[in-house]
Amino acid sequence: MSALNLIDGSETSLRRFLQTLPGVDQIGAQERAAMLGTRSIKTTSKKWAIDMAISMIDLTTLEGADTAGKIRSLCSKALRPDPQDASVPHVGAVCVYNDMVGIARKHLDSIGGQSIPVAAVATAFPSGRASRKVKLQDTKDAISLGATEIDMVIDRGAFLSGQLGEVFDEIRAIKEICSDKAHLKVILETGELVTLDNVRKASYLAMLAGADFIKTSTGKVTPAATAPVVLVMLEAVRDFFELSQIRIGVKPAGGIRTTKDAIKQLVLVKEIAGAEWLNPELFRIGASALLNDLLLQRMKLSTGRYSSANYVTVD
Amino acid sequence: MSDFEYAPAPESKAIANIKKDYGLYINGKFVASHNKKRFETINPANEEVLAKISLADEVDIDKAVKAARSAYVKVWSKLSGKERAKYLFRIARLLQERSREFAVVETLDNGKPIRETRDIDIPLSAAHFFYHAGWADKLEFAGFGEKPKAHGVVAQIIPWNFPLLMLAWKIAPALATGNTVVLKPAETTPLTALLFAEVCQQADLPPGVVNIITGDGSTGAALVKHPDIDKVAFTGSTEVGKLIARSLAVSNTPVTLELGGKGANIVFEDAPIDQAVEGIINGIFFNQGHVCCAGSRLLLQENIHDEFLNKLQKRMSKIRLGDPLDKNTDIGAINSAAQLAKIHELSSSGQAEGADIWSAPCQIPNKGFWFAPTIFKGVTQAHRIAREEIFGPVLSVLTFRTPQEAIEKANNTPFGLSAGIWTDKGSRILWAGNHLKAGVIWANTFNKFDPASPFGGYKESGWGREGGRHGLGAYLKGAK
Repeated sequence: MSALNLIDGSETSLRRFLQTLPGVDQIGAQERAAMLGTRSIKTTSKKWAIDMAISMIDLTTLEGADTAGKIRSLCSKALRPDPQDASVPHVGAVCVYNDMVGIARKHLDSIGGQSIPVAAVATAFPSGRASRKVKLQDTKDAISLGATEIDMVIDRGAFLSGQLGEVFDEIRAIKEICSDKAHLKVILETGELVTLDNVRKASYLAMLAGADFIKTSTGKVTPAATAPVVLVMLEAVRDFFELSQIRIGVKPAGGIRTTKDAIKQLVLVKEIAGAEWLNPELFRIGASALLNDLLLQRMKLSTGRYSSANYVTVD
Repeated sequence: MSDFEYAPAPESKAIANIKKDYGLYINGKFVASHNKKRFETINPANEEVLAKISLADEVDIDKAVKAARSAYVKVWSKLSGKERAKYLFRIARLLQERSREFAVVETLDNGKPIRETRDIDIPLSAAHFFYHAGWADKLEFAGFGEKPKAHGVVAQIIPWNFPLLMLAWKIAPALATGNTVVLKPAETTPLTALLFAEVCQQADLPPGVVNIITGDGSTGAALVKHPDIDKVAFTGSTEVGKLIARSLAVSNTPVTLELGGKGANIVFEDAPIDQAVEGIINGIFFNQGHVCCAGSRLLLQENIHDEFLNKLQKRMSKIRLGDPLDKNTDIGAINSAAQLAKIHELSSSGQAEGADIWSAPCQIPNKGFWFAPTIFKGVTQAHRIAREEIFGPVLSVLTFRTPQEAIEKANNTPFGLSAGIWTDKGSRILWAGNHLKAGVIWANTFNKFDPASPFGGYKESGWGREGGRHGLGAYLKGAK
């Protein structure tokens, strides 16, 4: 955790560090994101982008109605997104609630999906409103059931009321539990932080506290992964690398449903953070419906024709 | 893992219906020039000839001015504002309908990227006609007296950097206020003006209300000297602007001049850095730097100099230079061999005078006129590249220590067209805005244009304003 030498771990030093960050001009950030949205990605680069996007998906189900059956079919889909085409890569991970981790892990292992990690949302997802004790236990449970990625939420209440040390300590406590057993993704829930200044501040706070990934949203709050928010987070990981020589990943989640949306995200990654971030180790997309649209567009590229939705599986 | 290289995504040329040769547009018809002289207009991105263009001389100019006079006396001056507005609205809609065609032709003839013609030049041109159409029947409420009166026949000369947009800036207010027009587009970029002539025909604009004559500098000089011109409007270099002012001083003909600039983009230590970097890029590399109000001097607070330049250079390395028709191109071709030579000359002077040059690593195409985005570090007020307009993708970086010094350096220029202020502090924006001697001042943004906003310069950057209510005054008698 060499990033920690940027601050001494105290709230004062954290505050001081965050105050040195330059502001974000919202209009300027929106304009830049909109301009990059006009990039026209065709033919070979589109094919590359579609496969890359598939391999970056954290295929997600986070419903109260999730069952073992639902989780199993999600896992099958994660491993073989298109049962008729073995050239389609598997997704980056499956993302489920804590109590579904064991089922997901077991099923993936049984069908040959050992290389696909299971990510668990933790720390009283999505609101984060529970005692520290419960949040820690939540994380421990998920890891003991086989989760190798933890998607935790930050305490937005504490952040917005200025208790930055509180937020920081909580991330560090979760990170300690993850240690080398699980990758830690820290969900900022940018839809509740509202301003881009807050997004930048929270990004740095999470990175300093030991996040391996910073993630936009839970998917339960709108707006979620808007282009300006992802842009600011990509700027943050790019600049943090300059400071610490550590590359932190970024995961937009929520509202990315179409191939076009996904490709726009990849354009942002390439042009803001740089090509080094264009791999599933450093960029993930939290989504569910997106996968089928990517598959349909992939078929279109190879056959020249659009298929109906019945040519991709509903799982 | 392979890199995410963008495959070529060119806009189709097929939509551009460019004729082999063009006559002059006089009295509603395309006619051959009197001396039958021609010149070629080329695509600066590959030096291919696009079309042959007629070169107008005094005889043609006289014909055009007579057509404009007759249209003014017999038709245009008798129409109500409401009727004139109908034509302007029609032209605006036609520009929108044919926007793709205009964008492609503009990109071919000028060399600027299709992203800019598609997203800026053409939509803004249409917006100028819409905006001024709205004024045509409201002139008596615009604060220019009860019955504001048109000048009559207006001569307009426009540059090559925004061919159609500058035409719109000129023709829309002239027609809205009731004048008739003889317009000369730039020698290297006449095509969209000739396409606009077709739009005038399509809109059934009465013959003679708009006349487009093509030619070179001699054509422009002759047009300005024609005795039956009631007003002159010129956009171009300060050098030519001075000549025009001198030749018109004799007759006291009203004139507006929109000339050069050496805009200062001032970045204070508390600026939103990433957006300021974007703003600097946009300020100097938009339209290859062929922008009179370009932010060609970066004034950087010394304590953020290294951090800022590091970010700026990294960002510049991502600029995509190449085929202007490719939708992913950020920076296109320099408009002409002559302009490229001028950029080279000034750039060499910067090196000779000891400034530190850095250019973005770009693949320069074999054919056509190109110049990689370039910055000069360590520039002082005494360098030529800090004083003269380069009109290309070249940024001079200077530093300052205090806000007062920033203003002093920003104003220390014979020009005064534009300036930019980058800071998170609102009070500093207001303070700097009050002290900068520039016609347009942007805060935390740059190169934003709107028909409702007047545009023009201090000092050698020009006389008068274009756009907005202020711009109308230039086309009305007695209004200033």
